[in-house]
Amino acid sequence: MEDIKLIKSGIRLDGRKLDETRPIEAKVGILKRANGSAYFRIGNTIAIAGVMGPRRVYPKHMEQADRAILRTDYRMAPFSTTDRSRPGPNRRSTEISMVTRKAIEPVLFLEEFPKTSIDVFIEIIQADASTRCAGINAAALALADAGIPMRDLVSSCSAGIVENHVVLDVAGKEDMEGELDLPIAFYPKKKQITLLQMDGIVPPEQFKKILHLAIKGCEKIYEEQKKALRARYQIELAE
Amino acid sequence: MEENIQQEEKVQRKLVIPGDLLGEGRSGHGTYFENGKVFSRSVGLAEDRGGLHIVIPLGGVYSPKKGDGVIGRIEEIIFSKWIVGINSPYQGAMTLSDAVEEFVDLTKTDLTKYFEPGDLIFAEISAVSKSKQINLSMKSRKCRKLRGGRLIKVVPSKVPRIIGRSGSMVELIKNTTGTQIVVGQNGLVWVKGENEDLATEAILLIDEKSHIKGLTEFMKDFLEKSPKRTPLKQPIVEEHESEEFDSEESDEFN
Repeated sequence: MEDIKLIKSGIRLDGRKLDETRPIEAKVGILKRANGSAYFRIGNTIAIAGVMGPRRVYPKHMEQADRAILRTDYRMAPFSTTDRSRPGPNRRSTEISMVTRKAIEPVLFLEEFPKTSIDVFIEIIQADASTRCAGINAAALALADAGIPMRDLVSSCSAGIVENHVVLDVAGKEDMEGELDLPIAFYPKKKQITLLQMDGIVPPEQFKKILHLAIKGCEKIYEEQKKALRARYQIELAE
Repeated sequence: MEENIQQEEKVQRKLVIPGDLLGEGRSGHGTYFENGKVFSRSVGLAEDRGGLHIVIPLGGVYSPKKGDGVIGRIEEIIFSKWIVGINSPYQGAMTLSDAVEEFVDLTKTDLTKYFEPGDLIFAEISAVSKSKQINLSMKSRKCRKLRGGRLIKVVPSKVPRIIGRSGSMVELIKNTTGTQIVVGQNGLVWVKGENEDLATEAILLIDEKSHIKGLTEFMKDFLEKSPKRTPLKQPIVEEHESEEFDSEESDEFN
C-alpha cells in the first residue's frame, strides 16, 4: 500500500487546520418517549442519547437512600462501523459506560432525588473516532433536556499527535494511524477535567500542549451545546 | 400558586440553561450558590424577585410537595394502607384513617370496598418526609374517587398554565366542552363528559403551546372554531363543578 501523507503543509486529510474541529451539529429533544434526549454529530461521528428518570431503582439493592444513582449505557450500533460489530455489551463498551458516568457525575445534583435512578442511554449510530466524546456531549444535553438539576454542562473533545503534529479532534484515518489520542471531558465552569484517557507515549511538555488544545476544543463544543439547548426552548417560547 | 400566575405578566422572565449566571443575591428554587454568585441549575425561566433568584423549570418529573392535589392510581393494598402511584419516582401511601371517615373493622372488612387496585383518586399530599415517603390524604373536600373518564399526561411544570389564572383556563374548557376536568399538580389531568375528545385535544394543545402570549384568547378561538365541537345537549349547570361532587360521592361511604 502506498503511503498517504496525513498532514501536508498544515492541512489535514479532510481539509482542516491542525487546531480545528470537524463540523458540529447538536439537537435537543429528538426522542419522544424519553424524559430527555439529544443528538450530537461531529464530522462523521453521530451519537444519540436518551435519559430516563429520575425513576424507581430496579434491582432494588442498588438504591441509595440519600441520593439518586446515575447509570450510563454506551453502545455502538452494529451498523456504526465499517465491519459489522456484534451487538450487545462488550469489554470496550462497558469501560466507556463507566468513564462516561464518572465524567458526568460531578455536575449533577444527585442528592435532589434520593432513592431513584437516572438512566442515560448512549447509542453511537455512526462511528468515525472520538465516539466517547460525542457520547458524553450528547448525554450532557439530554440530561439538561430531562430537567435534571445540574451545575453546568459537560463538554468533551479529543486531541492527539499525528505525524508529529499536535492536532485537535482526531478523526478517521488519523485515529488509526496517528501516534497518540487523548480524549478529555471538561467541566467548563470550574475548569475541571472529568475524563482523561490516553493511548500512546509522549514527553510531559508535549502532553501539556495536547491537553491545552483539547480544552480549547471542549470550550468550542461547550458553546455549540449551549446554543443547541437554547435553540430548542427558544422555538418553544417564540411560538 | 395563583399569585405566581398573576405575577407572570409583570415580571420579566428570561430563558436560562444550567450554569447560567443569574447575578448576585439569594439563591431560590431551581438555582445554586457558588462563590457569592447565583447560577441556574436547570433549563427554565429565570425571575429576579428583589434579589431572590428563582428558576421555574420547563421540564422534569414531578417532585411531590406537601399540600399538592394529585391524581393517583391505587396500585396495591398492604394491611391498612393503599399504595398509590402518583406519576413520580416516589409512591404515595394512604392510611385507612386518612381515606375513610367512619370506623372500619379490619377483621371484617375488605378494603377493596373503598378503593381497589386500578382505581383513580384525587388526593392531597399531607406529608413528604426527607427520605421521600409520601403520605396522601382524602380528608380535603376536593378529594374524591374518579370514575370513568380518561386520563391525560402532561408536563408537570405546565400544570399552572392548564389551570390558568384562578382557574380560568380549566373553567373555559369545562364550559365549552361540557366536561368535568380534574387537574393534578403531578401532571395528570382527568377528563370526563360529553365532549371528551375536544377537551383532551385542548389540554394537549396547552401542554404543547404553553408559552405563547394570550393563551386564553388562543384557546377560546380554538375551542369555538373546532369542527369536533358538538352543541351541548344541555347548558352546563353548577353540578359539573368539582366541589359539588364530594357531596354526591360521599354517600357511598356511608
